[in-house]
Amino acid sequence: MQELGKAETNSTRIIRQDDKRVIIEKDLDTEYMVLSMGPQHPSTHGVLRLECITDGEVVVEAEPYLGYLHRCFEKHCENVDYPGIVPYTDRMDYLAGINSELAFCITVEKLLDIEIPRRVEFIRVITAELNRIASHLVAIGTYAIDLGAFTPFLFCFRDREHILSLLEWISGARMLYNYIWIGGLAYDVPADFKKRVAEFVTYFRPKAVELFKLLTENEIFVKRTYDIGIMPADVAINYGWSGPMLRGSGVRWDLRRNDPYSIYPELDFNVPVPDGKFSVVGDCLSRHLVRALEMEESLRIIEQSLDKMPDVAGFDSRALIPKKIRPKAGEVYGRAENPRGELGYYIVSDGKSTKPLRCKARSSCFVNLSAMKDLSKGQLIPDLVAIIGSIDIVLGEVDR
Amino acid sequence: MGLLDARISNRNVLVTSVDNVMNWARLSSLWPMGFGLACCAIEMMATNASNYDLERFGIFPRSSPRQSDLMIVAGTVTMKMAERVVTLYEQMPEPRYVLSMGSCSNCGGPYWHHGYHVLKGVDRIIPVDVFVPGCPPRPEALIGGLMKIQELIRMEGLGISRQDALKKLAEKSVDPQQVIDQARRVVMA
Amino acid sequence: MEEAGNLVSPAVRESKAAWDIIRERFGDAVSEFDANPTMPFFEVLDVDKWIDIALFMRDNSRMKFNYMTCLSGVDYPDEGRLGIVCNLESIGHFTHRIAVKVKCQRDGGSIPSVSCVWHTANWHEREAYDMYGMVFEGHPDLRRILCPEDWTGFPLRKDYQVQETYHGIKVPY
Repeated sequence: MQELGKAETNSTRIIRQDDKRVIIEKDLDTEYMVLSMGPQHPSTHGVLRLECITDGEVVVEAEPYLGYLHRCFEKHCENVDYPGIVPYTDRMDYLAGINSELAFCITVEKLLDIEIPRRVEFIRVITAELNRIASHLVAIGTYAIDLGAFTPFLFCFRDREHILSLLEWISGARMLYNYIWIGGLAYDVPADFKKRVAEFVTYFRPKAVELFKLLTENEIFVKRTYDIGIMPADVAINYGWSGPMLRGSGVRWDLRRNDPYSIYPELDFNVPVPDGKFSVVGDCLSRHLVRALEMEESLRIIEQSLDKMPDVAGFDSRALIPKKIRPKAGEVYGRAENPRGELGYYIVSDGKSTKPLRCKARSSCFVNLSAMKDLSKGQLIPDLVAIIGSIDIVLGEVDR
Repeated sequence: MGLLDARISNRNVLVTSVDNVMNWARLSSLWPMGFGLACCAIEMMATNASNYDLERFGIFPRSSPRQSDLMIVAGTVTMKMAERVVTLYEQMPEPRYVLSMGSCSNCGGPYWHHGYHVLKGVDRIIPVDVFVPGCPPRPEALIGGLMKIQELIRMEGLGISRQDALKKLAEKSVDPQQVIDQARRVVMA
Repeated sequence: MEEAGNLVSPAVRESKAAWDIIRERFGDAVSEFDANPTMPFFEVLDVDKWIDIALFMRDNSRMKFNYMTCLSGVDYPDEGRLGIVCNLESIGHFTHRIAVKVKCQRDGGSIPSVSCVWHTANWHEREAYDMYGMVFEGHPDLRRILCPEDWTGFPLRKDYQVQETYHGIKVPY
């Protein structure tokens, strides 16, 4: 067992003394307490164990312990062929399955010499952005429920059900899709696809505004997240943060703009970065704001993609997929912008085998969570809950 | 509702047995300790939310094992987590039920072959009553699994052991081969 | 080495320019530049100079590699060595990216830890140790991060055999 610190020991001081009474002040004999939050706890978004050393209600240090959901993704990659890895990538960040598959497929396609049809690219982007909205809805809903607000959770899950039924209509599964394949897609979209997605966009836009008014502008929510867990920009960069975390600290870094992939260069969208008017740059409220505003940007991307998507008669989304996926010898590090940050894959291929020699998944949440120990110093326990919620971790991705 | 309507006579007196009333009370307010581990946890949360509302069955998730009578193991159980699962199971007061949700907790799921750190089925460490297959199971499938637990509770009496109740439940269930044959006949026709 | 100008993409040329600066400073401690189109990299041959090279890459005003994207452990069974591959880039200053490889012996090999240079490396090195077993000298807290503390063996090595039981629970299917 580690030696915990002991606070100031007993000392007695006489403050005031007069004829009638004596006022004595005595220090209490206190010790630090070890409080283990998790691995089973309703507000840690999964099986994360936070070992908090607390001095009363103030946390001296909170160290995350991982590995409770380590499912050996990298070992599976070395033993399963490339197309078979796609379902495993889904299950890492299970809230943003399409984005995880997309990152893997664009990485492997860098080592193959195939062309991706334009229609496939547009469908990939539309489904990825739909999944981004769904993922942010879960992030916002569970963040609200952590802080005690139950209604936004129900609103978010209601809207998410619309997206899930759309994605189920396209791919056959509600959550873990196996839809984006290396070199194409599993199926082409049904005939009414554009109409139904456009209907969803018209339905969801006012709902996003309503959610903003209900939660983000709510005084209690703001009080609980304003000026909490501030991370300066240069420290965030040194920790390797990415995605909404880095943008919440004021750094304009979005892989869809800074290291573009697919057809994102043709699309017009903003990258929301908080400027300190509504929240302090780098605090929990800024990170939440980035996610809330990104949903609107995703809607814009979807609308533009629906307009630009070519209609090809008799389209086969599997037409250009090679019979055996055998990438040329080499190494590649490819990445995509997940809702949680940068999801990267480092793949080593020996050119002869249909299985990778090494496939490392660079997980955004793993890196974002590594700053927890320093972010938590001196916070109150309820503020610790607010900070974990704002990091938006998905343990499947942290532990892989 | 059907139970009450059928039994109330003119003089508004309900006659039944202690077994039935107790079982009815227990199955109508199953409080699960939603042990959400991985992807299935999100489907469990979606089942609790307004679209597939579980609260209309009286099922309200509790965070503490001391206050729950059902443990829904939703997600992959790893070796590191296995001891904690046993601890939590032992902390639940009797009578307690376990529902294994999803492929991973049924048998290891997609990680059965090369997953060195994955427990191949939570039934290796705790006794499971109902298995719900799927990866992840649809909310309707989870509700179906919960209704099986309700059937199990309905069969329990003060003198029957859990093993016998499970056997009775299995006998009462539809034979899977029958379902497959019937489906084949429909497809061929 | 550099092919005809129009065959090499601008990104690879930028990485080569960064490598030129490092080579000028450290000479033979770094290897030749591998200008492949998917992941241009160089290898650090003198492992003891790795921290100096890392600090130089982060702080030098012409390089400013302030962002470590990823640090992966790799097993090279043919060479009998383990290694790490670091992907670095620069946010806010330049647009160049580069990868660095550092290798060490399989049994008892060690690599100096760069967690003092980029905090990203802290947990990535712990994971590489957990999966491969190479020791990172100077790491503030080198212990297993994903597998349990008392797990035997290093899972991602090519010759790994799964243990039969863990705390009395059967491990294989």
